[in-house]
Amino acid sequence: MAAEPATTTARLGARRLLRWESVLVLLLVAVAVGGSLAEPGFLSGSNLFYLGLDVGEIALLALPLTLVVVAGEIDLSIASILGLSSALIGFLWNAGWALEVIFPTVVLVGAVAGLCNGLLVTRLGLPSLAVTIGTLALYRGLAFVVLGDQAVADFPAKYTRYGIDPIPGTHVPYPIALFAVLAVLFALLLHTTPFGRAIFAIGANQEAAFFSGIRVKRTKLILYVLSGAMSSLAGIVWTLRFASARADNGTGLELAVVAAVLLGGVSIFGGRGTLGGVVAAVFLLGGVRNALILNDVSNDTLNVVTGLLLIGSVVAPSAVRAAGRVVRPRRAPPDPSARPTAGG
Amino acid sequence: MSVTVQSQERRAAIERARRASRLVENALRFRELGLLAALAVVVAVTTIDNPRFLSAQSIRDLLLNASIVALLTVGQTLVVITRNVDLSVGSVLGLTAFVTGNLFVDHPGLPIVAALLVGILIGVACGAINGGITAVGRVPSLVVTLGTLYVFRGIDYAFAGGRQVNAENLPDSLLSLGSGRVLGVPYLAIVTVAVVAVAAWALRSYRWGRELYAIGSNPDAAVLAGVPVGRRVLAAFVASGAVAGLAGALWTARFGTVDAAAGTGFELQVIAAVVVGGVAIFGGSGTVVGAALGALLLSTIGSALVVLRVPAFWLQAIAGALLLGAIALDRLIGLRLASALRQRSVRDGG
Repeated sequence: MAAEPATTTARLGARRLLRWESVLVLLLVAVAVGGSLAEPGFLSGSNLFYLGLDVGEIALLALPLTLVVVAGEIDLSIASILGLSSALIGFLWNAGWALEVIFPTVVLVGAVAGLCNGLLVTRLGLPSLAVTIGTLALYRGLAFVVLGDQAVADFPAKYTRYGIDPIPGTHVPYPIALFAVLAVLFALLLHTTPFGRAIFAIGANQEAAFFSGIRVKRTKLILYVLSGAMSSLAGIVWTLRFASARADNGTGLELAVVAAVLLGGVSIFGGRGTLGGVVAAVFLLGGVRNALILNDVSNDTLNVVTGLLLIGSVVAPSAVRAAGRVVRPRRAPPDPSARPTAGG
Repeated sequence: MSVTVQSQERRAAIERARRASRLVENALRFRELGLLAALAVVVAVTTIDNPRFLSAQSIRDLLLNASIVALLTVGQTLVVITRNVDLSVGSVLGLTAFVTGNLFVDHPGLPIVAALLVGILIGVACGAINGGITAVGRVPSLVVTLGTLYVFRGIDYAFAGGRQVNAENLPDSLLSLGSGRVLGVPYLAIVTVAVVAVAAWALRSYRWGRELYAIGSNPDAAVLAGVPVGRRVLAAFVASGAVAGLAGALWTARFGTVDAAAGTGFELQVIAAVVVGGVAIFGGSGTVVGAALGALLLSTIGSALVVLRVPAFWLQAIAGALLLGAIALDRLIGLRLASALRQRSVRDGG
């Protein structure tokens, strides 16, 4: 008897999620139609190529952050790790290292940065919001320590072309191809493996997960390491795309990524969300941005749209719930005389 | 005979309860003392290196630099105590800074009070939007205020349209509010101290102030205890907005030159100060005095590093490391305290 309401809620939750993702896909279609009505070249291959280039880093960062948020935590230091990686690439290049050695080194450093986040969160039990605000400042600061305010831009075209050219014969940018492969891997990890189920279990109820034998701390630690390594990868992509290694690369990008993940229907309290929704949200935001830019609408309007979509993503399910409550009150209203008086 | 035993037992129980509450009280006071001690160490070390760090002018600069962040921590503390967060304060500050500055460009003869009132009113409106959506929609404030962070900043940019307010367009009376002083104390610091004092007193002595703590400690229990949770959370957001609006008007007074980007990224500084100031990020504990001291400590450390000729590129990294150190230390002390309390209650059999 106790199990029945729980499964009903779960089913309702699944249906609601499904609905939110369909809303995202509908919005995506609406943006595509609206965009090409306003500007016929919107769906052309070359424009989609630039759209893909534009969302590359946010898309890469959104993958691990989705897992972190589903586990009920947050990582605000991702854009700083991106900047630190970019600065490190410039520093090591100046020191005469080969890029073939630099890239794995940088990803390793990113993983270590993520490990530090993870250790502070899991071993010391600190709130991840506070920890990653701290490391946001720390890693960005280290980026400036490494490279100062100089820009390193003399990378060979042999490598920077991966940042700005499409895969030969297609309109697909290399970062998006990389993202597509990783998105499939992350989706499989989150939605088909025991590890993924553990992430959902931790996000839904950490203590229950612990008592059912899930290694909560270990799992979260792995997620933070993954997040750090992926942030470094995004740093490499950013550096190649702009052919410029700077310490301030990607400043403030973390909020855009968080916005994309939350817009994708991932619950900020953990335990709910799908990778497909997040991918849809990333391209929705990128598409809106691209359509607005094509029509000479300023970036400010984009900010307002991003914010409103974000608010809508949490208010809409809540409004549906509230409407359901109005239609079917759960129990008889309490005696009005027993209510606490107003004010006080 | 049995009566005396009973009354003795009761007296012992009361004594135990009193001792436990004193321990908790000391721990809370310890936080503010710890901040003051850290502040003293920073100032002492820096002064040994450069005696001018303790000159009247330097202290004034320290207070001026800390004032606006400290002001914002007051509103943020009210919100964080209720287990919410307001990420939009930087955008509200930017919006009100530009609007109030622009007001003087369009209406040069306007009294200062009007500008402050306009700033506060815009802030109240922004706070009401944040709080309304959070409380009525029962949705996470982190998401809502991240959304309004973008929305308010977007409105700010759209309104400014690339314009800039310059100091020569602002009346001297407004600029003197930003940099002037009375009896050697900057006006800004006086305003901040006044707001901190009012908020500290209200949180301590008023029923709704205590109810904010109750909400943050356990929202469900607060509902059951008859606390009007939605209304209190809304009020906390409105207060945060009002304070951010006031801070925006003061920002214009302090810096004179304002464009639409004023205060970008400020929200993370404010939250860092609140956390260093000992306000629990998950609500239910912390004081505005602690948070304001946290802001003062962080900004003093920033100034001290400059005076100590630490290379500029190191400043941000050190600030981040200090923030991490502060929260880690706080956690370790908290764990110690909790285990001490537990041991005590085991020993006393209570």
